[in-house]
Amino acid sequence: MTIAQEQGTVPQVVPVEIGKARGGPTDKSTLRTDRWWVSPAVTVTVLTSFVAYATFAAFQGKDYYVGAKMHRNLISPFYSPCIAESCQRVAGSHPLGIWASFWNFSPALLILIVPLGFRLTCYYYRKAYYRSFWQSPPACGVADGHKNYTGETRFPLILHNVHRYFLYLALLFNVVLTMDAILAFDFPGQGIGFSVGTLVLCVNAALLWIYSVSCHACRHICGGQINEFSKHRIRYRLWKMITPLNERHMQLAWVSLIFVALSDLYVRLVASGIIHDYKIF
Amino acid sequence: MTEVTMNIWRGDSNGGNFEQYKLERVEGEVVLDVVHRIQATLAPDLACRWNCKAGKCGSCSAEIDGKPSLMCMTRMDTLPNDTITITPMKTFPIIKDLVTDVSFNYVMARQIPPFTPGKPQPDGTYRMQQVDIDRAQEFHKCIECFLCQDVCHVIRDHEVNKLYYAGPRFFVKLASLEMHPLDTVDRRALMREYLGLGFCNITKCCTEVCPEHIKITDNAIIPLKERVVDASYDPIAWLGRKIRRKSKMTAQEAYELAPARVAPTSLDGIPATAVED
Ligand code: SF4
Ligand code: SF4
Ligand code: FES
Ligand code: FES
Repeated sequence: MTIAQEQGTVPQVVPVEIGKARGGPTDKSTLRTDRWWVSPAVTVTVLTSFVAYATFAAFQGKDYYVGAKMHRNLISPFYSPCIAESCQRVAGSHPLGIWASFWNFSPALLILIVPLGFRLTCYYYRKAYYRSFWQSPPACGVADGHKNYTGETRFPLILHNVHRYFLYLALLFNVVLTMDAILAFDFPGQGIGFSVGTLVLCVNAALLWIYSVSCHACRHICGGQINEFSKHRIRYRLWKMITPLNERHMQLAWVSLIFVALSDLYVRLVASGIIHDYKIF
Repeated sequence: MTEVTMNIWRGDSNGGNFEQYKLERVEGEVVLDVVHRIQATLAPDLACRWNCKAGKCGSCSAEIDGKPSLMCMTRMDTLPNDTITITPMKTFPIIKDLVTDVSFNYVMARQIPPFTPGKPQPDGTYRMQQVDIDRAQEFHKCIECFLCQDVCHVIRDHEVNKLYYAGPRFFVKLASLEMHPLDTVDRRALMREYLGLGFCNITKCCTEVCPEHIKITDNAIIPLKERVVDASYDPIAWLGRKIRRKSKMTAQEAYELAPARVAPTSLDGIPATAVED
């Protein structure tokens, strides 16, 4: 029994008053004098460039695999897991092929939905694009650019609640990308080795793992949802390990995003013969 | 000695405007010192609320150059301009000059079912482990300055949402209750249907302004959102509850335990589209 019940004072109806006069000028969207628009502008620039590059790369449908002809086994992260049938023709020697015969477009378009969905529903990216693209709000203390606001209570934004399922899929993808990185140590016809391309795929896989593990949903599922940590020591440990990574989720989101694009670019340049993949040993 | 121009909002519910006050700068002052000097010399009728001058009572909240801040914790030498603007908190009705009526927050505070422990142990006491309550310590640092409520665009720019929205300060409170090892109330449905957790779009302005550096969004709001997903949107969690025959509390059941309720409205604006048990 609550104190209020003991005192016999529940339930009681109290009003919220709205529409009363508020202080400050009404004709300005903000009184801030600093350069608050820099951060949303940077977000717009970087995200737009990334989307432009990813769209370009995804629609190419070629130059995403460096194979036995060049004594390499490098696949672009945009095209892995490469499950379209067209992949078989290009990456026939790549051992991770399950070939979807119905798909005749670029194989990237089939699988990019997972990383795209994962990042689109990520709590950090939501903040980033709500502020920059949607201006809701553009910065703290700067007026929201919209007349009405229902936040994430309605369709379509209520769909963000699916985020943890994208996390599960993204973790599966990380496994595949890790296998890609391991396969990049294989130099067909030359044995085992290590090239710049191997390094790129390894770093890429590592960054994606750290980014996914630092996810808020991951932190919640691993331990955050528990109230009595003392009774769940292992999950508590996990939660403790994830928390410092979670604090850097924003940085990891950007670094891993940019690195994925750079990895694709690297494979693309090697595959099209513009640069040579330098073999370190 | 250099001069500084203070541009302060003067007025009440009938309207107002900026008044300019020019003063000498004095080394080491915070904004509240300057406001006090203006009261003592140029404008004895200037209204402001303050108490501790140590960032602990949460009374002196205002907006300095457009940023919600504590006047007593904002040093003059951190402000780059020679003209400094001070306005009352924008989200709450003005009473006079820099003083606002923050009673919205007291209404919201009373919507929250209080801490309700289960049965005590046989010796009549309760025990909990330090690790179980460490996480909530951060939330208990709140000084109720309501700067987070003030900056939150959900109600700052869309006042009508005040009817349905507890706001970041109370999400912090709710997080400390929901994560409490001894508490028995399940406030998840209540938060989703009545207290407006879904309105927050995690843009983190509350975290940016909190003078106690509580990571409101990362440590309170997002974990609560994830708990609401458990309760209402995750089919696997739903299945888990069915198998283990666990039930969750409805919004109504939880609301019965609150000291008070907001007038009839809250459900009107919020659709209950979700997996329901
Ligand atoms: S993170 Fe949510 S609660 Fe905090 S200011 Fe932004 S919308 Fe409001
Ligand atoms: S959470 Fe922080 S900003 Fe909000 S009322 Fe408490 S101390 Fe103030
Ligand atoms: S990936 Fe960013 S919160 Fe899950
Ligand atoms: S006067 Fe107490 S917090 Fe500023």
